[in-house]
Formats: sequence, C-alpha cells, structure tokens
Amino acid sequence: MTRQPFIKLSGVTKAYGAENAVCGVDLELSHGHCHALVGHNGAGKSTLLKMILGLVSASSGRVQVFGLEPEDRAFVNARRRIGFLPEQVAFQGAMTGLETLKFYARLNGSSGENLDALFELVELGDAAKKRVGTYSKGMRQRLGLAQALIGKPDLLILDEPTSGLDPASRQNVYRIIDTVKANGAAVLISSHALGELDNRVDEVTILDHGRVAASGTIPALRKDAGLASQIRIRANDKQMPRLAKHLAGEFDRSRFLNGTAILDYRENEKMQLLEKLMTLGVTFDNIDITEPSLEDVFAAFTKRGVGP
Amino acid sequence: MKNIWTIASKEIRDGSRNRWVIMVTLIMAGLALILALLGSAPTGTTSINPLAVTVVSLSSLSIFFIPLIALLLSYDSIVGEAERGTLLLLLAYPVSRWQVIVGKFCGHLVLLAFAILIGYGTAGLVISQTGDAYLTSTTLNSFARLLGSSVLLGAIFLALGYLVSASVAERGTAAALAIGVWLLFVLIYDLGMLAVLAADGGQTINEQVLTWILLANPTDAYRMFNLTGDQQTALLSGMAGLSARLQVPEFALSALLIGWVLVPLMAASLVFRRRQL
Repeated sequence: MTRQPFIKLSGVTKAYGAENAVCGVDLELSHGHCHALVGHNGAGKSTLLKMILGLVSASSGRVQVFGLEPEDRAFVNARRRIGFLPEQVAFQGAMTGLETLKFYARLNGSSGENLDALFELVELGDAAKKRVGTYSKGMRQRLGLAQALIGKPDLLILDEPTSGLDPASRQNVYRIIDTVKANGAAVLISSHALGELDNRVDEVTILDHGRVAASGTIPALRKDAGLASQIRIRANDKQMPRLAKHLAGEFDRSRFLNGTAILDYRENEKMQLLEKLMTLGVTFDNIDITEPSLEDVFAAFTKRGVGP
Repeated sequence: MKNIWTIASKEIRDGSRNRWVIMVTLIMAGLALILALLGSAPTGTTSINPLAVTVVSLSSLSIFFIPLIALLLSYDSIVGEAERGTLLLLLAYPVSRWQVIVGKFCGHLVLLAFAILIGYGTAGLVISQTGDAYLTSTTLNSFARLLGSSVLLGAIFLALGYLVSASVAERGTAAALAIGVWLLFVLIYDLGMLAVLAADGGQTINEQVLTWILLANPTDAYRMFNLTGDQQTALLSGMAGLSARLQVPEFALSALLIGWVLVPLMAASLVFRRRQL
C-alpha cells in the first residue's frame, strides 16, 4: 500500500488583487523527506507555507495536509500533527522560556512532559527559566524551533529556520532536522540560501515570482541549470606554448588569463574533456576544476524566469 | 473549552505580571474613595443614604472610566499580536479564531472585574463603615447592581475593542478607532441627542422615541439601569422624572446590555475569521 503524502499541493494559486503571490504550485512531501522551498524575498515561500497551515486561503488549486483540506472541520487534527516555526518568530517578553513552551504545549494538547529535553536539544538549557525578553535574537529563534518540536510533530514546517543564527547553531538546526527525519517525520523548510542546503535536503523547489522555476534534487538541478564549469590548467613556461597551440586548435571555449589556461565545459562534457587533455602529451603543473556554486544555479533559474 | 481557558489564563497572567491590574485597581479605588467620601459629606444627617450618593457618583465615574480602560485593554489584542508576529504562531496551533477572541475576552474580563470589584468594593466598604450609612437592602441592592452592571459595561467595551482590533491592519488605526468609539458613546452621542432634542422642540421626538434613542447607546442604557432602578438614586441623579415615565423593564435593560456584549463579540469573531495573515 502506498502511503498518502503528508502534503499535496495541486495547482495552488494565491492572488492579492491583480498580483499573484503564488501561481500554480504543485508539491508533494512524504514521511522521512526534507523538502526546501528556495526563493528571493517575496518569491511566495511564506505565503505558500501559510496556505499549507490553513492561515491563508488559496484562490484556486487544492491544498491537502494529511489528506485534509484547510476548509475541513477536521483540519484542526492536521494542525495538531504540525510543528511550525514562523519566519520572524516572536514571543511575549514577560514570560520565561519554560512558561512559553508550556503555553504552546497546552494549546497543542500535548502533556508538556519533555520540555526540558527540548531546551537541551536547542541548547537553551540554562535559559529556560529566564524571561524571553532577555533572550538574544538567536536564542529566540532556537526557542521557536523548540516550540515547533513540541509533541513530536509528524510534519515540521520551518520558515527560514537559520536566519539570525551563528554557524554552530545553524549546524545544530540541520542536525535536529536530520533526527526528526530519521524518526519518520517530514520537513518542509524555506530558505533564501540554496548553498546552505547542499547535502542537507532531499529535494528543492525554487520559487520565482510565485511560480515554480525548478524542482528536484540538488544534483539534478545542478545538471538542469546547464551552467558551464571551468577547468584551470597551469603548466611551466616550456609546456605552455604547446598547450596553447593544442587548445586553440581543438577546444573552442578556451582562453588564457595570468598564465593559466581556462576551459569552459558543460557537465556532460566533463569526462570526455579530461580524457582528451590527458592525450595531449603536455605535462601539467596543476589542474583545478571549478563547478558552478549553488548560488549560481539558483541565480540561473531565477534569472531565466518561468518554467523549467 | 480547554483552549479558551489556556488563552484566558495567559492574558490574566500577562495582565497581573505587568502590574496593569494593580494600577487600575488602585486608580479605581482611589477615585471611588474620593468620590464616595466627598460626595457623601453634604448629605449630613438627611434621609439620603451616603451609599446611594456613592452609587450615583460612581456610575458617572464608570461611564467615563470603564469604557476607556476596557478599550485600552482590547484595542491592541488582535492587531497588536499580528504586528508583533505572535498571532501567526498562535493560529498555527489547533485553536479556532473564535476561541482566541473568547479566550482573550474571558481573560480581560477577569482582570477588569477584579479591578472594579476590588476598587469599588473598597469604596463601598469604607462608606458603609463611616457610621452615617445605614445598610438597607435597597441601597445594598443598588450597590450590587452598580458592581454587576459596571463589569457588564466593561465587557461591552472590551467586545467593541476586539471588533476594532480584528478589523484594522495597523495598531495606530486601532488606537484612533478606539478613541473614536469612546468619544462617540461617552460624549458625542449624548451631546448630539441634546442638540437634536433642542432643535426638535418636542415636535416629533416623543418619550417613546427618546427611550429608544437612549437604549441605542450602551452607556446610556447603563446609566438608566443604575439610576432609575431605585427611587433614591433616581432622585439624586436627576433622573427621577425619566425613571417615573420610562417603562423599560429591568430584565429588558439587562438583556440589552448583554446583547451589547454578544453582538460585537460575534462580529469580532466573524471579522477575525476572514482576516488574512
């Protein structure tokens, strides 16, 4: 029996007046998977997350979470299984961290037993009894993450979870995500930094002006972007003229810069190109291979505009 | 029910923690005591009961003060949370929007009731201990009615405050509207009515119509409820003429006041349900 996806979006659109904040988005997310929504500010990520939570109604298309639509009376049961971290998480400053989590645990109908463990998990153990008003931005963000983990949710929705965090805390966020995933939950995160997500998410959907610009695994996106990689070759002064002669004759995308030969190639040409270089009979001092960064991939899709 | 209680108890805790309740209770008690002690002095040893005088002066105080406090508590409760970013998270939990409104209402009402009962209660207690006061069941009854209806008056303006708060997108607008609501019901309405009555000169507006016009304003309904119910208070407040001729049964006045709570509260829930975050 195939399991029902936790989230299923079909042609979801949200219009504000004549503007489409989100336009025809399809997305599926199943247990044990981590999916990232990537896009510039205003690309529609937060709106999409709010639609999944039933906080904003879709203008057209279908939103289903655990098989329920936000209009269903029983959608409240879906919410019980969701942990959510909003983009700019805010708490009442006069309450302590522990009181804050207790309040949300009660709303969620969970026993609130393991709250101490949650504080430890997000490295806030010492601050649990301090007023949230005294927390730094990073601490509030981590408290927000602890809040999202109350009651062991089946679906974790995190809107920019690493914003305002130092590198060590960022690492910790992804470690927590891995643990949650390993326990069978699904994770949907939004981010504007594609580079940060490498090796950390299963799939990525790039949103651009509310539309899906590309979707897939990061290696697949890298390939689809069709960006040129570069091989940089250095050789000694004797070898260099020979190399230049070969390159000029046989490689149309080559140039010289500061005594380094640079060759542009597409991902599918890489092996062929390397083999050819080996047969030139030139001794190289060094060969560097530079692949496009994920930021370049992201820029390629968002510049291109609509549609893969 | 559990969600409502969770939200209400958070509001109560927030209110008591930021010393809001203590401050308002002290102000209430202070003003009530001043009014009570100064107000009852001129009665000397006449047959007028000082507690009855207190009821009259306290209801005048309430009409200005309680709506103001209630609106201060409530105008910010939805739009403020939306601006601070706490609303989005709250609504992502399994709680309905009407539960948020009702929960906040219950919490704020407890705070307000505490301030009114303790504040005015202290004044009542002091007056009854001054010796001149003889506690008859009528005066006690009037005082109890004052306390009860003052809480109800607070509830009305809390509900109006939520309606304002759920309808607008910015706190500043909510504050301006709340002041508008206060001015309208506490000052402008009566002034306007006077102007209309003077212009009309008794031509078209008869007592029946006047009664309805009065009832359309919750603060006037509150005034009628407190000042026409008992002969002594009616006499003192100058509403004896009105109370003798206005035949609005007490339960109708109570129902009207309760209606003034429920209708804005339901309207606030409806408006809030449609609010996009």
